[in-house]
Amino acid sequence: MTAGLTSTTGGGPVPATATDLDDESAAWRRSLAAGAPERDAAMARLHALLLRAARFEVSRRAGALGERAGRELDDLAMQAADDALLAVLRKLDSYRGDSRFTTWAYKFALLEAAVKVRRRSWRDREVPLEDAAWERISDRRASPHDDAHAAELLSAIRRAIEDALTAHQRSVLVAITLNDVPIDVLAERLGTTRGALYKTLHDARRKLRAALAAGGHDVGEAREGASA
Amino acid sequence: MSDGATPRPPGRLDLVLGPAGPELTCEECFERLDVHVEHELAGRDADAAVPGMRAHLEGCPACADDHASLAALLAAG
Repeated sequence: MTAGLTSTTGGGPVPATATDLDDESAAWRRSLAAGAPERDAAMARLHALLLRAARFEVSRRAGALGERAGRELDDLAMQAADDALLAVLRKLDSYRGDSRFTTWAYKFALLEAAVKVRRRSWRDREVPLEDAAWERISDRRASPHDDAHAAELLSAIRRAIEDALTAHQRSVLVAITLNDVPIDVLAERLGTTRGALYKTLHDARRKLRAALAAGGHDVGEAREGASA
Repeated sequence: MSDGATPRPPGRLDLVLGPAGPELTCEECFERLDVHVEHELAGRDADAAVPGMRAHLEGCPACADDHASLAALLAAG
């Protein structure tokens, strides 16, 4: 499992075909294969690349971590690179050469680093599941008619969230879409996975749209007209 | 975007209501992230190469972050 992402397909790895691999990507896959004589050296080179990617990601997100020391940030990047290397080796058989090997490998480091930073930045914070920040839904329309229309729409959405969703769907929708709780953080707190939570969010949105449509509201117009 | 246009950043209501069309799951998004980003950076039709990716990125802030990070890393060289 990679940083809370789990497969829903259950079909196992797709057999890789090396026919379309560029030379560099083919060399990476060959040298990282179990039993390859140069595997240790290749793993060291790959770890260095993954560490670079992880540091890049941690640096991009450093603001979310406040005044933390550079050493702590680098420790996070190192942990992310370590975990990413294991994930890459575990998933090597599923690499099909649809992208360059390094691009494929980088995403593991970026994901591991991003999840670690998000979780660290929320470590001492309460995760708000209720009391949605409705004021974050603002309206850009100017006329009094549009103001009234937007107010009616927002009221309908609030009602639909209360009435049409289960308690779990409501908590997930409110936390992620209104209170800006990162899905990885919420998954960790609720003891589930990012994929499972997104499925819940997807189902909640579908019910919300259906409730709005049943009330005569144009969901497409809502998306285009009122946004924060 | 395949047509070169800059997508409008999703607003709060967009996030609440989610994308209208079919979308990938988070797992499928991660599996195809590298392909979509490489197509995008090469100016090829990324959305045709990975159907459902764009809609998922509009609906999932975490995956959109991951996508932006990979694009930024590759662009940085």
